[in-house]
Amino acid sequence: MRGLGQYADDLAVPRALTHAAFLRSPHAHAELRSVDATAAAAHPGIIAVLTGPELAAIGKPFITGVKTDAPHYPLAIDRVRYMGEPVAVVIATSRYVAEDALELIEVDYAPLPAVVTPGHAATDQSVVLHPGAGSNVLHERQFRYGDPEAEFAAAAHVVTVDTVYPRNACTPIECNVVQASFHPGEQLYDVVANFQGPYTLHTVMARSLGVPGNRLRLRTPPDSGGSFGVKQSVFPYVVAIGLAARLVGQPVKWVEDRLEHLSAATSATNRVTKLRGAFDVHGTLLALDYDQLEDCGAYLRAPEPATLYRMHGNMTGAYAVQNLAIHNRVVVTNKTPTGLNRGFGGPQVYFPLERLMDKAAATLGVDRVEIRRRNLVPADAMPYRTASGALLDSGDYAHSLECALGSERHASLLERQRERRAAGRLYGIGYAAVVEPSVSNMGYITTLMTPAERERAGPKNGALATATVNVDPAGSVTVHAASIPQGQGHKTVLAQVVADVLGIGPHDIVVLMDHDTGKDPWSIASGNYSSRFAAVVAGAAHRAALTIRARIAAIAAADLNVPPVELEFRDGFISSRHNPDNRVPLARTAAKAHWSPLAIPAAAGAGLRETATWTMPELTEPDAQDRVNSSGAHGFIFDLCGVEIDAVTGQAKVDRYITMHDAGTLLNPQLADGQVRGAFAQGLGAALLESFEYQADGSFASGTLADYLPPTACEVPDLEILHDPHPSPLTPLGAKGLGEGNCMSTPVCIANAVADALQTSVDTLPLNPARVHALMQAERGGADDDATPTAAPGSTPEDQLPAALHPAPETAAADDGHGMTGEGSTTIRAAPDAVWSCLNNPGQLRALLPGCKAFEQSSDGEYRAELSLGVGPVRGLFDCRFRFTPVVAGAQLRIDGGATGALGASSGTAIIRLDDVLQPDGASGTRLDYRYSVTLTGKVAAVGGRLLDGASRTLIGQMIKALASAAEPEREERGTWASRLGAGLRSRWSDSGDSES
Amino acid sequence: MRYLRADAAHPIAVTINGRPYAVQAEPRLLLTDLLREVIGLTGTHTGCEHGVCGACTVHIEGIPQRACLTYAVQVDGRSITTVEGLAPSAAPLTALQSAFREHHALQCGFCTPGLLMSLSHLVESEPDADEARVREVLSGHLCRCTGYQGIVDATMDVLAAQRRDGAT
Amino acid sequence: MKPARFDYACPDTLDEALALLAEEGPAARVMAGGQSLAAMLNMRLVEPRVVLDISRLHELAYITANDLYVEVGAAVTQRELLAWPALADKLPLIAQMLPHVGHTQTRARGTVCGSLAHADPSSELPLALALLNGEVVLQSRTGIRTLAARAFHTGLMTTAVEPFELIRAVRFPVLGDAAVTAFTEVSQRHGDFALTAVALTGDRRRIRIGVAGVEDRPKVLDLLWRDDASLQDEIQAKVSTMHGSDDIHASGAYRRDLVPHLAMRLIEEARDALSAR
Repeated sequence: MRGLGQYADDLAVPRALTHAAFLRSPHAHAELRSVDATAAAAHPGIIAVLTGPELAAIGKPFITGVKTDAPHYPLAIDRVRYMGEPVAVVIATSRYVAEDALELIEVDYAPLPAVVTPGHAATDQSVVLHPGAGSNVLHERQFRYGDPEAEFAAAAHVVTVDTVYPRNACTPIECNVVQASFHPGEQLYDVVANFQGPYTLHTVMARSLGVPGNRLRLRTPPDSGGSFGVKQSVFPYVVAIGLAARLVGQPVKWVEDRLEHLSAATSATNRVTKLRGAFDVHGTLLALDYDQLEDCGAYLRAPEPATLYRMHGNMTGAYAVQNLAIHNRVVVTNKTPTGLNRGFGGPQVYFPLERLMDKAAATLGVDRVEIRRRNLVPADAMPYRTASGALLDSGDYAHSLECALGSERHASLLERQRERRAAGRLYGIGYAAVVEPSVSNMGYITTLMTPAERERAGPKNGALATATVNVDPAGSVTVHAASIPQGQGHKTVLAQVVADVLGIGPHDIVVLMDHDTGKDPWSIASGNYSSRFAAVVAGAAHRAALTIRARIAAIAAADLNVPPVELEFRDGFISSRHNPDNRVPLARTAAKAHWSPLAIPAAAGAGLRETATWTMPELTEPDAQDRVNSSGAHGFIFDLCGVEIDAVTGQAKVDRYITMHDAGTLLNPQLADGQVRGAFAQGLGAALLESFEYQADGSFASGTLADYLPPTACEVPDLEILHDPHPSPLTPLGAKGLGEGNCMSTPVCIANAVADALQTSVDTLPLNPARVHALMQAERGGADDDATPTAAPGSTPEDQLPAALHPAPETAAADDGHGMTGEGSTTIRAAPDAVWSCLNNPGQLRALLPGCKAFEQSSDGEYRAELSLGVGPVRGLFDCRFRFTPVVAGAQLRIDGGATGALGASSGTAIIRLDDVLQPDGASGTRLDYRYSVTLTGKVAAVGGRLLDGASRTLIGQMIKALASAAEPEREERGTWASRLGAGLRSRWSDSGDSES
Repeated sequence: MRYLRADAAHPIAVTINGRPYAVQAEPRLLLTDLLREVIGLTGTHTGCEHGVCGACTVHIEGIPQRACLTYAVQVDGRSITTVEGLAPSAAPLTALQSAFREHHALQCGFCTPGLLMSLSHLVESEPDADEARVREVLSGHLCRCTGYQGIVDATMDVLAAQRRDGAT
Repeated sequence: MKPARFDYACPDTLDEALALLAEEGPAARVMAGGQSLAAMLNMRLVEPRVVLDISRLHELAYITANDLYVEVGAAVTQRELLAWPALADKLPLIAQMLPHVGHTQTRARGTVCGSLAHADPSSELPLALALLNGEVVLQSRTGIRTLAARAFHTGLMTTAVEPFELIRAVRFPVLGDAAVTAFTEVSQRHGDFALTAVALTGDRRRIRIGVAGVEDRPKVLDLLWRDDASLQDEIQAKVSTMHGSDDIHASGAYRRDLVPHLAMRLIEEARDALSAR
């Protein structure tokens, strides 16, 4: 608030600090033939340029959750597998200088066909990313609970939905930060990073650094600029920067920038799901059958494939259904590796499940609220064991639902819809019922192993929470916990919980939230994820405070001559419940514990510091039938909303949104509502705006915050929050997690409202104007022919076609029909043979290439040129290679080529056709028709996605016109377009000023 | 004409939060880096370095602007206010800062300094701003934690209080 | 994400600026507000040898008006134009558009002429320039020339400004009292680049519709008042040949298909405004 926060990039830095910048792959998939850092290393201010093999020589690949031969190193070794993958790291005296050197590193890439969609990855036709793994499917398991086949066979109705959940992430405003040094004497890495847990990854990092865990001292700063799971993605960089610090013998700091963050940090998994539901005639859900195809990106980075298994116990959502089939497959594709993201695994499950409930209601002719009501787990069944093993601890879902509808709330929403519809407007209502799991079982991920494999590996279970309470000789209290908060207000809650136990003011307590694995208590479950704070970390603090209280009470009881149970802690005093005047200050008792340890009762122990380490006993390992209580506590959410759609533009506006939560005991209602509001805004972003877009060649196209679109204050409406708390009997304070729920419920609730407004099916997100418009066109059935029914023409077609599990053609970078395509024609005042000879004459060819700096013909029909290419002010040097292949001599030519430069890489194909035409004045002429297909990847694709199509059109147009003028000398004399173009292209354009964001 | 060579550091005189500073900067040094790395005022945050997220917003000559789209050499002779200048550590919080606290308008606090700079200017320069205007100004900032409602409420509260005080 | 090195020139007079441009030509980039250029510099999409900062040129910090046009100097920020008291009276269309240009915080530095120089296909101010038939005043050491909107904006982020020239000012024609204006745009978030932006000027006889966001530069359609169905058909026919560019946010077809609908909304608005007079 005063600018005095201590975020990772704000901390004081050591002497001799150096700064790192990463060179990243512009290709989604390519062999890494060589990296030449000679020029970069010689640049002033450069301390070192390190490549994959150099780091690998002193480190080890990351451990993954699935045993497979798909090694992942902090820097690519011999192949790059996603655009943005780190290839080299420059260590320099400043970040500015480090980035200067990036431009001097020469890398020889041999592009490979990219695997972009999970459906394609799952087929035999896709190029295998990790040859050692033999397939792009790195994990597959089938699960069966109850008797789903029998229920489906006997069901009155079988309803199916096919959904494609897109890639998105909660993108904190602070990016990743690492500062590392290596102490050779101790063989110890000392790292400060804005890591958020889970601390299972500490083991992964230490192993990759090549040291035992006690030689990786990982410290987190007092403040964090948000995480939402995303900062888990800092861990590969802890290793990269740690190894670099060791190699250069100096401390190294790296601050991720926004381009790096969006393109290469992490995302939630995208998932293709086919979900079938069996219903009886009354709408009772009898069985569910999931076919889930999970895309974890280029590497199965720990803790993946956890996204797929986090919900394993909760696949039946809020519904009482004991027959369940699940088919899980995990594939790798040429996209950024995935990881933790608020709602972890939830939105990917609830999107199909709650769409299914809507579709079932329509199929059966049952009201959408009624079909949910009918199937909710009944209150008298609590605690309820789900088919796949979760123990739903508490709740009265039907009651919560009715409270959400209220006597007026739902009715007024329906009335609003009637009014709007009567006025001819598109207005839909959405519903979603969601169980929100919290406190992840450290053993849930082992569900991916067969029972026999688990037997051999030994059980994994529990989730240890730690918290420490210390009372010093003056009686003042300090609390800390390994909860690594990211702004949720853990300090406030911990102070409040401990203050209540010790009878002091919360503001008298100091809560320290920075963490040091070398000195502070922690365990593998430590960290900020799976909404574990309120349910168990605050509970651990409570337990520690109770222990301290008991010890202080033992001392005071002796002094006041009152049994400990009769003591009250209030206002800094300990007093007899029956005689408040018989009291002693807490400070004096605390002092006694420190100053007179021999004079206090044995029951008071020694000192006044207590660390409580505790796990929920219910978090047992998966059983032999693959049932797992994947989470310790389960909240319930029922959302309803009204969405209005602009019938012309397709813009969806959330008119009203009501969210009902049963999160058990609310430790701090204001902080709780803050969590709900934040998750809602992110859920709304996922529903309407946010998506990491990849082109067909795997290039990433959402590299700026003008392309990846978190909502602003103008898009997020006010939210009506309701609570119907049913305390958990299993957590110390009765609290259940609530911070992730709206990331699970809001995307599908809004999707359901849009589907209702348009009376159509909604199978993917985000519902941006173009996609909604396409849905409306499809619904009208009268879409004009070239109105592509997709929101994002550049993106992969399969992701817009739900259920597209069929093989997609290989997307080789230069294939026709992928990336940006165009065509055009022009008439040239020269005969076809003149144009043809111009095209085949190296001297003339050179003259018509824009900004040509160097030109050579390497073999017949193959050329290499250095071109300065660009549009407007954006301009870069490209190394281009292209080959001319005559298709029909004198009449048709095919050009295949590629270009690489600091701005990115491009490849494409063009077909040029020449036809004889007579000019109006009788002169001979040529009609030139061209078709092209071009892809652009790398930085220019990531940050200029909005303008790429226009830019490629412009460039192609320039070249064709240059050709026309070259074949047609008299036009040049008139000083027309071509000569101006030539002048313009030989130099850089300049214009005056600029503006706009 | 001032002509500053790319590869040298040049003297810059700038007033920050009322205090004059004489520093050296290369032409390409961003104002964010001048404030954070050279002067040591780390309250101004960097979130995107392309002008969208708003975390770096500071007042230049009293007007909220993006520090990440400004170079240090451009503020030579100018006066800048950063979040540290709103309520110096000895002073009580401003009404807006207090309202932020009361309305739980911040969680991680990373975007907060930029927000405070934009909104403190708004409440001073447009005392009659309505909620739509507040949201419009806010749309120049991204906050991922709060869903914005607390920020809107805090600002509306300050505006209302100002109007009450003005009326009495 | 830090810019490459550049020399920084901050002239005190316009003559100095023009002399520098004459010398450096294409190696220099003119920066006024820097709200696009600085982002491109930071991303190293643009690496000029010299950045020529004209923001302190008092000679270019002016707004003047006569009966025919309003002239806005190159150092005038969008914020300053928005705050110009005569704006709504003289340039109602610009008054309608400016709040959609970036955000409050970027309008504080971003200049009116800089937006024109950047020539983004979705930008509002180039659309206004095209629709109003404005002019851009270019100056070099050898003289001043004035370009009409059509000649100025030559393509995607490309203008007719020569390397040794800078934009001195823009002139937006003042429409007569009989004129009406209207503006609307579709963007995903407030302040984002428009997917499609449509503006209108008109009087009792004719209507001009300007379209941005579809093609590489704004397009203007000239129409005469007719019944709605005929107008819509005519607009439909005129935009059907527009070649919209695809991007990750929307297809070119989507952007183009919005035009007749958005235009009809503006026409309705214009008709109401005219009949209210």
